[in-house]
Amino acid sequence: MEKRQYNDLVSQHKPQESRIQNAMIAFLVGGVVGILGQLLVEFYSYYLDISSKDASVFMIVTLIFFASLFTALGFFDKWVNFAKCGLIIPITGFAHSMTSAGIEYKKEGPIFGVGSNIFKLAGSVILYGVVSAWFFGLIRLIIVGG
Amino acid sequence: MTIKYNKVYVQNRSTVVGPYEAKGPLGNLFDKRYDDLYNGETSWEKAEVKLLEDSMNILLNKAKISKQDVDLVIAGDLLNQISASCYATNSFNSPFLGIYSACATSCEGIILASTFIESGNVKNCIAATSSHNMSSEKQFRNPTEYGAPKPKTATFTATGGASLLLGSTPTNIKVESGTIGKIMDLGQNDPFHMGAAMAPAAADTIYQHLKDTKREPNYYDLILTGDLGVYGKDILIDYMKTEYGLDISANYDDCGTMLYDLQNQQEVNAGGSGPVCSALVNYSYVLNMMEKGNLSRVLLVATGALFSPTFVYQKENILSIAHAVSLEVVE
Repeated sequence: MEKRQYNDLVSQHKPQESRIQNAMIAFLVGGVVGILGQLLVEFYSYYLDISSKDASVFMIVTLIFFASLFTALGFFDKWVNFAKCGLIIPITGFAHSMTSAGIEYKKEGPIFGVGSNIFKLAGSVILYGVVSAWFFGLIRLIIVGG
Repeated sequence: MTIKYNKVYVQNRSTVVGPYEAKGPLGNLFDKRYDDLYNGETSWEKAEVKLLEDSMNILLNKAKISKQDVDLVIAGDLLNQISASCYATNSFNSPFLGIYSACATSCEGIILASTFIESGNVKNCIAATSSHNMSSEKQFRNPTEYGAPKPKTATFTATGGASLLLGSTPTNIKVESGTIGKIMDLGQNDPFHMGAAMAPAAADTIYQHLKDTKREPNYYDLILTGDLGVYGKDILIDYMKTEYGLDISANYDDCGTMLYDLQNQQEVNAGGSGPVCSALVNYSYVLNMMEKGNLSRVLLVATGALFSPTFVYQKENILSIAHAVSLEVVE
């Protein structure tokens, strides 16, 4: 059988993924994380009497802290499995990717384990995040002058 | 290539499993069940070593022999440098052969062990294999706590250790023949659909076995593939019909779909996989059924996706292989 024919045979037996349902869950959970973030910003700026820019930093730190804590306690992976990109795309996903890698490679020690593997998943996000930030900065500079 | 055996018998077998397998429909048939994935060890890799070590020790106890009585140990697993097998066999002080055919390892081990026994060079031989869900996830995919979502076609690496003691002393189950499979590549490259990559290898080995032995599929009471999963199983039945004109659907099943309760254990998606998946089902359920006389001729076809993340990232396809072993009840 030709590879092309076999590919057709395989796709005949491929199950339908519930894309719409997954997207809806991700949308709702992602939205809830967003609302939570906004509430935290309001909370910090009101009670600590700081600017909303400073409060955003506090909010990010809080979300990172809880995502990492829940990863360490061992149930965040089950949430991610359910909510999918609803929890992977926000800052919670970034924290989760680093904590999970850190936990996984702890046994190989601080250098060859945690040190060389903690950015295993987050490395791409950082690299391409920095590169695209540079490009968008450049575009902004050219169009609006800074 | 099919090799016929006349004096190779199944002496004993043992199975050790983790929590997910214990909860499955075959849960009560296993010799030892752990309710924790670490099973008292400090890392996933060490946990896998322990599972294999346990299964070999239980095997010796059941067969009432000591380590010194074992002529040869043949073992393989999924970890880099087949390290679980090496560390588990470390205390044996027996001649050791480490093998790799991914999830087809169990049948490769049986074929090699049987060939050694048939030649008269060894009296008995242990063929063992293991896999661990977490050590495999760590090595092949993402950190285990990451829990990235997977498509429905993905399979779940089984956790356990399984050992088989083969020897020349007659018992009521014999290894009748073994077929060594060929490496197949039909252009599949989705690591979340290994069933599609492996089905052609299973089909080729089954076809070759039936051709070499001049048998029809209905010669066997049961033809069992290793870990094609729900979708791979359908692909195999369809592919066998279109490519070779053989209908195996009447007496065919897949170990990956038998190890777990697919309705209530949805985390396994399309079913179980890993070298130990087929070994667990074969050394518990299948051999039990043969001993009770419910099955008398069984063709085990362990299927292996020779998946290398490096080669797949370099845009190569996933290769696959399947080895078959025919077991028969001696009248």
